[in-house]
Amino acid sequence: MRLTIEHRTRYAYEPPALNLHLRLKLFAPATAGQSIREWEVSIGGEPARPMLTDAFGDAEAVIALRKATEEVEVVARGVVETADTAGVLGRIGLARPEVSLRTTELTRADEAIEALAREAADEEGLLAQMHRLSALTAEALDYRPGATDADTTAAQALAIGSGVCQDFTHVLIAAARALGVPARYVVGYLHDPEAPLSETHAWAEAHIAGLGWVGFDPVHQVCPAETYVRLASGFDAADAAPIRGTLSAGHEEEMEVAVRVSAGQMQQQQQQG
Amino acid sequence: MFNEMSLDEGAIRPPYARVKEWIDGSGLELLHKRSAEAEAIFRRIGITFAVYGEGGDPERLIPFDLIPRVFSAAEWRRLDRGIRQRARALNAFLYDVYHRGEIMRAGIVPERLVYQNAAFQPAMMGVEPPGRVYSHIVGIDIVRTGETAFQVLEDNCRTPSGVSYMLENREIMMRMFPELFSRGAVESVDRYPDDLRKTLEEVAPPACKGEPNVVVLTPGPFNSAYYEHSFLADLMGVELVEPQDLFVDEGLCWMRTTRGPQRVDVIYKRIDDDFIDPLAFRPESVLGVPGLFDVYRAGGVTLCSAPGAGVADDKAIYTYVPDMIRFYMSETPILENVPTWRCADRDDCAHVLAHLEELVVKEVHGSGGYGMLIGPKSTAEQRAEFTAKLKDDPANFIAQPTLDLSSVPTLAPRGIGARHVDFRPFCLVGQSMRLVPGGLTRVALREGSLVVNSSQGGGVKDTWVLTE
Repeated sequence: MRLTIEHRTRYAYEPPALNLHLRLKLFAPATAGQSIREWEVSIGGEPARPMLTDAFGDAEAVIALRKATEEVEVVARGVVETADTAGVLGRIGLARPEVSLRTTELTRADEAIEALAREAADEEGLLAQMHRLSALTAEALDYRPGATDADTTAAQALAIGSGVCQDFTHVLIAAARALGVPARYVVGYLHDPEAPLSETHAWAEAHIAGLGWVGFDPVHQVCPAETYVRLASGFDAADAAPIRGTLSAGHEEEMEVAVRVSAGQMQQQQQQG
Repeated sequence: MFNEMSLDEGAIRPPYARVKEWIDGSGLELLHKRSAEAEAIFRRIGITFAVYGEGGDPERLIPFDLIPRVFSAAEWRRLDRGIRQRARALNAFLYDVYHRGEIMRAGIVPERLVYQNAAFQPAMMGVEPPGRVYSHIVGIDIVRTGETAFQVLEDNCRTPSGVSYMLENREIMMRMFPELFSRGAVESVDRYPDDLRKTLEEVAPPACKGEPNVVVLTPGPFNSAYYEHSFLADLMGVELVEPQDLFVDEGLCWMRTTRGPQRVDVIYKRIDDDFIDPLAFRPESVLGVPGLFDVYRAGGVTLCSAPGAGVADDKAIYTYVPDMIRFYMSETPILENVPTWRCADRDDCAHVLAHLEELVVKEVHGSGGYGMLIGPKSTAEQRAEFTAKLKDDPANFIAQPTLDLSSVPTLAPRGIGARHVDFRPFCLVGQSMRLVPGGLTRVALREGSLVVNSSQGGGVKDTWVLTE
């Protein structure tokens, strides 16, 4: 499937930010499930190019805006050809998968998360265990925007019993690691003509011997297929964040995100434009 | 107890012959007088060391003891080989940890201990630091318990401090007692700043084409080792900078100067990893240079030590260093470890809990003598507190026997007494390895005390390595 993506992030600062730095993880990689036909990132209209690609396969750029910045827009747009690999992506990045057993503040397993892991451990084989874990996560959480925020940990979300894709994913990777399965957080885009998302989506990847990295979307209870575009990964949401910035004390920041994912006709429009 | 100067029978060990002769020839009264003079000089130069959590004057002077600690040429040859061997193994381990992880695949070091380690930096995976060096200044703390028994107490791979005392102590001894050095019987340590500069220049990044520009990066004057940062920058003839003096642009690192921006190639980093780059590590940190870590990983600048080098000097990892020497170098460790119980291990932990009165219990990530229990000197209350801590989080602790540290004659209020010492040499690792014959001898000034940390009432001594 050919998907066209436009991902705009607009920041406004009051008073204007001085010496603003942004780290961008906004460069969709080629994987077994996606080929990148076009991809460009710009900041304030200027193109931004990656400085490096890390061992997890994520390209990063660091941009410094030295002039006082009242408003700036970061735009990533591209055309991606996707394929259905049933979520199986094989090898992505050079790092040993075992590194992704590392826990973080946001993904620390508590007693309740360990209990989920124990329940899934009854299944035969890691793949079945991961599917079960994904189902258990979805059972334990209601999808409810506003119940949690960006700093909510996996354990807190599970205790609250609701959250958004970030929380579902945190719970799933925390439990997967507790099971001894390397897992990571993935940010990307989802094409859903019925209910178009205006933001990025998040899901988990687990490393399963013999298959490599396999995606699991605990919100939709599927393995990401041709309607998904993978953007970047990390140990948790904060690490995988497509944009991270510095801000001086005393400055108010406002952020607005707009994501559009379309198939077919959008791409023509873009070619005409 | 092993007394490095005199044996039980009263015989003087040969390396100390000259020191003994000098002590006897000077007399106590003169030594006390000269000691007061030395303190006055130190105070005038302003060598101080900030001590946390003790109240009183935080900018306290580290007491300097006049009587040197001496190694024979033969003793040093062995130490030299052992220190270099260990520094090489630690760097090989760091390269391995951030690449293929062979030592973990071989089942020698547990993955959990590395990848779950607070000092492990996942973002360093796959990074190729110049010369494959992660720890450019390796400070190895060594204790002596007998004529030939030297043991490593801990490794310091991040920013070992104290080398300024090694240099200052020698300087003051030479100034006050030139006759002691007149026959050239003591190896010189004064090439250390040159060696350090050469080492740092040798690890210039691929992006550096001309002569490398080296800087020392300090958190600022409030840091306890600020004196050392400025002292070393001064002796190397390089700039001392704070994070706000640096910025990154176009994939390179720059320093703000009155003549405009100047390229920086190598940063001798005396700041914790967490505070070097708010974009990479701590978004809430006000310290740091945004983007510096990406520029480093892309080869635009070199950070010394490399972020994540601390995973090799963790006290739980320490127990595996002899295995690293065998694994990476197929050599037998020249310097042994102190026997250590890993409380993460259930049996070890049970042993430790049953023998708290005899053992020293340390936090895995602790340093500076804080947060440890010295069994034989502990109260029942302190032991109860540690029992609770150990049960709560056993993996956070290791335990070692209380070591019978060697002692060296030391000027005491009434006469000369034997006081316990340890030793920290500073091994420099660039494209080649450099080690000046000497280091920092720390001395526990309280009679019978085994704690040499300056934060806990320890002092320092000049350390002599005799020429052949």
